[in-house]
Amino acid sequence: MLSYKAPSTVEEAIGILAGTSGVAKILAGGTDLLVQLRSGRAKPDVIVDIKNIQGISGIREQDGGFVIGATTPGAEIGECKELVQAWPGLVEAANLIGSTQVQGRASLAGNLCNASPAADSVPAMIAARATCVVAGPKGRREVPVESIATGPGRTSLARGEFIVEFHLPKRPPRSADAYLRFIPRTEMDIAVVGAAVNLTLDAAGVCSDARVVLGAVAPTAVLVPEAAAALVGSKSDDKALAALDAAARRACKPIDDKRGTIEYRTKVAGVMARRAAAIAYQRAGDR
Amino acid sequence: MSKYHVSTTINGEPIEFLCEAQQTLLDVLRDELHLTGSKEGCSSGDCGACSVTVDGRLVCSCLMLAVEAAGHSIETIEGMAKGDALHPLQRKFLEHAALQCGFCTPGLLVAAKALLERNPDPTETEARYWLAGNLCRCTGYDKVIRAVLDAAAEMRGA
Repeated sequence: MLSYKAPSTVEEAIGILAGTSGVAKILAGGTDLLVQLRSGRAKPDVIVDIKNIQGISGIREQDGGFVIGATTPGAEIGECKELVQAWPGLVEAANLIGSTQVQGRASLAGNLCNASPAADSVPAMIAARATCVVAGPKGRREVPVESIATGPGRTSLARGEFIVEFHLPKRPPRSADAYLRFIPRTEMDIAVVGAAVNLTLDAAGVCSDARVVLGAVAPTAVLVPEAAAALVGSKSDDKALAALDAAARRACKPIDDKRGTIEYRTKVAGVMARRAAAIAYQRAGDR
Repeated sequence: MSKYHVSTTINGEPIEFLCEAQQTLLDVLRDELHLTGSKEGCSSGDCGACSVTVDGRLVCSCLMLAVEAAGHSIETIEGMAKGDALHPLQRKFLEHAALQCGFCTPGLLVAAKALLERNPDPTETEARYWLAGNLCRCTGYDKVIRAVLDAAAEMRGA
């Protein structure tokens, strides 16, 4: 029979997770977990609700960057003016998840650990060089976001481990990010392709650093260094964007499904990456 | 079967109930507390018919366990009218005929109220995006949007 625990400390949560003989599921916003419970896809013996842990929700500035608590809902992320200013791409990605109602609960940690290849916030977090602090029976470790998802529905988290918070680094001047998602309608759908670009310009407007990440075109989000390399040293001109587009397409290993064919997803990935790069470049130049 | 004892606040009143771990807030609102205004449409967070607010934040009550309500303040459609006095949104929905079968209406009203509390003067685009998680198969949405914008204007005293 299913039981529910709501620990008030990280240590207590680890104790419950490590001490459970059956299947334990972490509950943050629950917008994926409750659907899986209902459909029978998830059959946990215990649900560990981590929202009552002190300090696990909320956003604060630290060392010139940001700390976002694991269970902070999307709505709160969108309301944080400082975060919107510094990381507009990450915020737009997080805010694309579901409806207003879903935004009231859904969290970055849930989006990451649900490990859908189409998760919107994940490419943006990877592009941002976000890290997450994982707590577990062996203590805490800080790892890059890209090390968490290992395939659809699978993560690298060991038994008893869960994400406590995310760290976003301090930004150099003239930096900005952007996230674009392609869906066949205007709202309320799952990405056919997602593309996140995070870049920094020098004083002359030349791109000095970039990260390009694609979603929904492989079993996990894909970091595409060749696409980033196409941008670096350029002013995001047509030639650089064409090279970025080609590199993004080469990085795709998508599936054929009802949302899009392999050929279609691959083509759209290049287009989304190019457009996201142009938006990020424009934003960085406006700073 | 062991049950969980939950103390919460619903529409301003302290409420206690017993529930099982897997029961959603919507299950308990409807089946235990007999607050049947919140509707069960999809049970997967897609339709918004079960919309309520938790500490002022709009959520789907089908995507929240009832035990998670402990210590929080829930507002449902039943708390919207004050006695016989309808909320301006409710009046405007009637005036604009913004409902036909009515199944989506409680969720739309709760969601629209949450919008106007944050943004008393939304544009049509803002209202449409905010309400994108509330599905209506009768009206085609246009009358709903007219009603919400008209209610907003009245509430601003415009």
